[in-house]
Amino acid sequence: MSFNIREYFDKLSKGDVVLAYKGSITSDLINDVLEAVEKKLDEVNEEGKTRKKLYNVLVESLQNLYHHIEETHEGIEEELDPKFGVLVIAREDGEYKVITGNFVNSSKIKFLKEKIDKINSLNKDELKDMYKFILNHQKLSAKGGGGLGLVDIARKTGTKLVYSFYNYNDNYYFFNLEIKI
Amino acid sequence: MEPILIEGTPKTPSVKFDSEKGVIEIKGRSIPENSIEFYKPLVDWLEYYAKNPLKKTLVNVQLEYFNTSSSKCILDVFKKLEAIHKANHDVIINWYYEEDDEDMLEAGEDYESIIRVPFKMIEIGD
Repeated sequence: MSFNIREYFDKLSKGDVVLAYKGSITSDLINDVLEAVEKKLDEVNEEGKTRKKLYNVLVESLQNLYHHIEETHEGIEEELDPKFGVLVIAREDGEYKVITGNFVNSSKIKFLKEKIDKINSLNKDELKDMYKFILNHQKLSAKGGGGLGLVDIARKTGTKLVYSFYNYNDNYYFFNLEIKI
Repeated sequence: MEPILIEGTPKTPSVKFDSEKGVIEIKGRSIPENSIEFYKPLVDWLEYYAKNPLKKTLVNVQLEYFNTSSSKCILDVFKKLEAIHKANHDVIINWYYEEDDEDMLEAGEDYESIIRVPFKMIEIGD
């Protein structure tokens, strides 16, 4: 059975959801999400440390989407907003979970998978070394991406990145990334 | 040379670069999608300042949040300061972090290990 966005999103939106969004990932959207989440964390009086980690993860994961998302999705039959992405923040067993989803061109899967597997294989000190190496040796892309987002997320949360790729058609996979804070 | 004075926004920090006092300050949040636009003028300013710096330059960095895009630009700022220090001028970087914010302290230590300028880690209480 092929991957269905609506079913995927409905499933994610169940449970203790802080925020669920699907649509264009723009700079304004990122501002709105960050502001809304800060307000909610204030309301529930969330601990400073958790608040900061969640905020950092949100910034990096949303900006990862923003930098890497495909502008348009050729050959995808469902009607999608340009720069389409999914963001869900949920609470589960006293922890926060940030889930992002976006279509990724099949040609990029291998690189992405290897990068995440590599990050997941490293311990705290190795992640620190990797972060510092990229920081010091890699140039920012024209869009301002630095290849550091996922490393930073893994380092700050201390948890493994959980991911899946759902095959959509010959050209696209849907990339689901789950981050526990 | 003209100082740089920039007010903070929800995504960019407040900035005060003053060549007459030799004080460089970056405070607040630095989370723009593309940080190059924001930091380029600051790095250029420092390059110019480096030609004729004061005997002592005091740098205060007090960030609540910064993203990975900014982290590279902040390193570029520090590299300019390192050049000033290397040319036998005093430079000290005060890196402020909130009491419970180990991640921010660690970020400061990362820079300290890369940049050859004296750092002072300063904890801010509530």
